[in-house]
Amino acid sequence: MSRKRGWLAAELERRGVSRREFMGFCGAMAAALSLPEGVAAQIAAAVQKTEKPVLLWLEFQDCAGNTESFLRASRPTAAEVILDLLSVDYHETIMAAAGHQAEENRDGVVKQRAGRYIAIVEGSIPTGANGAYCTIGGRSALDIARTVCGNAAATVAMGTCATFGGLPAASPNPTGALSVADAVPGVKNLINLSACPANVENLTALLVYYLTFKRWPPLDHYRRPLFAYGKSIHDNCERRAHYDAGQYVEAWGDAGHRAGHCLYKMGCKGPATFQNCPNVKWNGGTNWPIGCGHPCIGCSEPDFWDRMTPFYQHLTGVPGFGIASDIDKIGAVAVMGVGAAFAGHGLIQLMKRAGDKAEPLKPKAPTKGESS
Amino acid sequence: MSRVIVDPVTRIEGHLRIEAEVDGGTVRDAWSSSTMFRGIEIILKGRDPRDAWAFTQRICGVCTTVHAIASIRAVENAIGASPPPNARLLRNLIIGAQAVQDHVIHFYHLHALDWVDIVSALSADPRKTSALAESISDWPLSSPKYFAGVRDRVKGFVDRGQLGPFANAYWGHPAYRLPPEANLMAVAHYLEALDWQREFIKLHAVLGGKNPHLQSFLVGGMATPVDPNSQAALNAGTVAELKQLVAKARDFVARVYIPDLLAVASFYKDWAGHGRGVGNYLAYGEYPEDDNAKAALFLPGGVIRGRDLSKLEPFDQQKVTENVAHSWYQYQQGDQTSLHPFQGETTPSYSGPTPPYEQLDTDKKYSWLKSPRYDGQPMEVGPLARMLVAYVSGHARAKELVGAVLKQLNVGPDALFSTLGRVAARGIETLVLAEKMDAWVDGLAANMAAGELRIHDNSKWDPSSWPADASGAGFHEAPRGALGHWVQIHNGTISNYQCVVPSTWNAGPRDAAGRRGPYEEALLGTPVADPQRPIEILRTVHSFDPCMACGVHVVDIGRRELAQVRVV
Repeated sequence: MSRKRGWLAAELERRGVSRREFMGFCGAMAAALSLPEGVAAQIAAAVQKTEKPVLLWLEFQDCAGNTESFLRASRPTAAEVILDLLSVDYHETIMAAAGHQAEENRDGVVKQRAGRYIAIVEGSIPTGANGAYCTIGGRSALDIARTVCGNAAATVAMGTCATFGGLPAASPNPTGALSVADAVPGVKNLINLSACPANVENLTALLVYYLTFKRWPPLDHYRRPLFAYGKSIHDNCERRAHYDAGQYVEAWGDAGHRAGHCLYKMGCKGPATFQNCPNVKWNGGTNWPIGCGHPCIGCSEPDFWDRMTPFYQHLTGVPGFGIASDIDKIGAVAVMGVGAAFAGHGLIQLMKRAGDKAEPLKPKAPTKGESS
Repeated sequence: MSRVIVDPVTRIEGHLRIEAEVDGGTVRDAWSSSTMFRGIEIILKGRDPRDAWAFTQRICGVCTTVHAIASIRAVENAIGASPPPNARLLRNLIIGAQAVQDHVIHFYHLHALDWVDIVSALSADPRKTSALAESISDWPLSSPKYFAGVRDRVKGFVDRGQLGPFANAYWGHPAYRLPPEANLMAVAHYLEALDWQREFIKLHAVLGGKNPHLQSFLVGGMATPVDPNSQAALNAGTVAELKQLVAKARDFVARVYIPDLLAVASFYKDWAGHGRGVGNYLAYGEYPEDDNAKAALFLPGGVIRGRDLSKLEPFDQQKVTENVAHSWYQYQQGDQTSLHPFQGETTPSYSGPTPPYEQLDTDKKYSWLKSPRYDGQPMEVGPLARMLVAYVSGHARAKELVGAVLKQLNVGPDALFSTLGRVAARGIETLVLAEKMDAWVDGLAANMAAGELRIHDNSKWDPSSWPADASGAGFHEAPRGALGHWVQIHNGTISNYQCVVPSTWNAGPRDAAGRRGPYEEALLGTPVADPQRPIEILRTVHSFDPCMACGVHVVDIGRRELAQVRVV
């Protein structure tokens, strides 16, 4: 395996990407990660030195939405090149090999590079029916996750299903679906990128952070990078001024809706949702849900399918409703009013968030027999 | 006789396993198994039907719009909501963009590597590649220098020794038949298409906030405001942006995808004789052109039986049933019975081997998919079914393009019933839709000009405006075929929800009568030169564009009567 110094520079040249564009990318990454200005050069240096890290992408109880998100990586021009930084040795949706040859690729990495590869997991892991709710090559998802994540240098749970159990784990969780943290407790360097799907810009930023600093970024209580999940949607929302001014959409297509007023009354979960959508947006910065007139549904939060529904019921008990207010208070109170059946659980999750100390996620038993 | 097992089948959405009996270099029998299950309908019970689209949308992140569309149509049908004209146009644009983008990705990123040998591309002469490219299209990226750059880029990738997703494939297999230059051209377009899909799908971000999993759907309309005088709504600037995105898509499809398809197909014409399948085709039709309850559809629906292109039956949803004789579910009245979706029941009951396992007992139950049947018969759904139905219905553009492709490849209409026919039909449909989308953008602009700004039927938004009991059905043509959702609402919440989806029709197992599903039937007679490297099996299975997460959703508990059903 070659370890050519500076291969990326040659690669960039071959693709017609100028040094300037590449430095522009590194600068953008530094900005995304809230790093000081001079760090762009450091990123550029780190990126060019490194052998392509090997990555195994596992899909379990998934919809491939995170895979599609991955394929949309779009900014800046050099983003595609940066994805080439990775050697994606296993990814069922894109890989050429099939069947036992595909499994050989995966198993070969686990064996030969134990502790020296990154695993990405998409989808939840079912524990019911002895693992028969998801098998690949005759092996259960749980079995594969234990082997692959157990031997990885780090595991990235991409999307809310892998991070929190997501849709399959929504009440009544028919298949005993679990998040990676709960299904494979103790996995080394687990990073959660929640959202449905996770935004690829955050995956790219995470990997560049790791390549540059040789460590993983600071995380919140749910093991999510603070650079992407440190602030609420509401805090950074382009419509925040309308919230503060008491200007709300009252009906779909009304004058307020057309003028871009606040979607709070239509059910927006922005005050209780932590993600950087308003900043990085989606599809190369083209737009984001609130930007197109629909409320946030809280898709980056634990159990959002139960806690944030009904989606069109507005949050209640928001202190300082209509005026600038402390976001943690809004978050803590707001969700309690959504879906009474889940309010208690939601409160516990939010209380966990309220503390400052990082603590490992506790395994969560699948909920059974609950009704929504 | 040897059993060839392909699991995981890669370059698809979801988890699919194929087992095939191969004898004398030919598939004698085949079994299609889906190996993942989530149970989304169980999860939907008791929830607000206005939320359902977001849940069902997550059935699949590849065809990320289709279950949202079917869901809002089903709920609208149940509660009697009437989306205004702008909502219809926005939906048509979103549906059309989904189909166009999905088909291009399928051709280049999911299917091409069954026909295109990347390793062979390394030995291509860039000059000859340029000559080949210029002989089939006036697409500007065609110079010898361009193709030399692509070749060197791939070579650089290979030389670094980390082949990543291209490692350990069937490169050098004798079934690869393209000359090195055609391989290089296809590899160049594989990479171009990767950029193209990312840019084109910004149309979904404009109209839906993001892709995947657009977030602008509403029961009764759309959430995207329309107002030429607002910067927070779709306006004249958006119209210009949409027109540009649509024009670029049309350009790529007409000047890259279609010429590539014809060029590749010309080397694999024998695949018009493989993968024939069940020979019955079902389409619901799509793209309403007006706002009537029985709207005229741009692509027609109907049923073709036994490859008979002289007859088209109207679709009657009463004839849809599902069977679980070979599926990991139980029916109360016995697994030999067949049930209409309204009476459907699903009790998951896994009876296969405990993982890890080597082989499924295919004489018994062997899949998480049910077996949908129409009037008792298996049906193929998807682009081929749609284009055949359009052809028989006399859809002018579809007819013209089907004729042109047959002529170019010098084959008769019978060639359509095949692996190659599916590939060709998908391309034809992509062009038909890419050409059509501009008219929907114009419709939106005309509405703005006329002051027609409505996007939503507010009259049915509040659940207090609904009857205590309501039920409805929503039908849609997803990229992979005919999709139906059935919903029943009691006191404002979902009491029953069921989907019958394209990949269940196509990938389902045998039924109680032992009739194979379309994948299984299509694999019969497929040549397999090397059982260790069964690329030919992938060709036929991939020609259907499998989407397994969509296929396995089917959990429906309880049996209820539907009071009112209307085909949307």
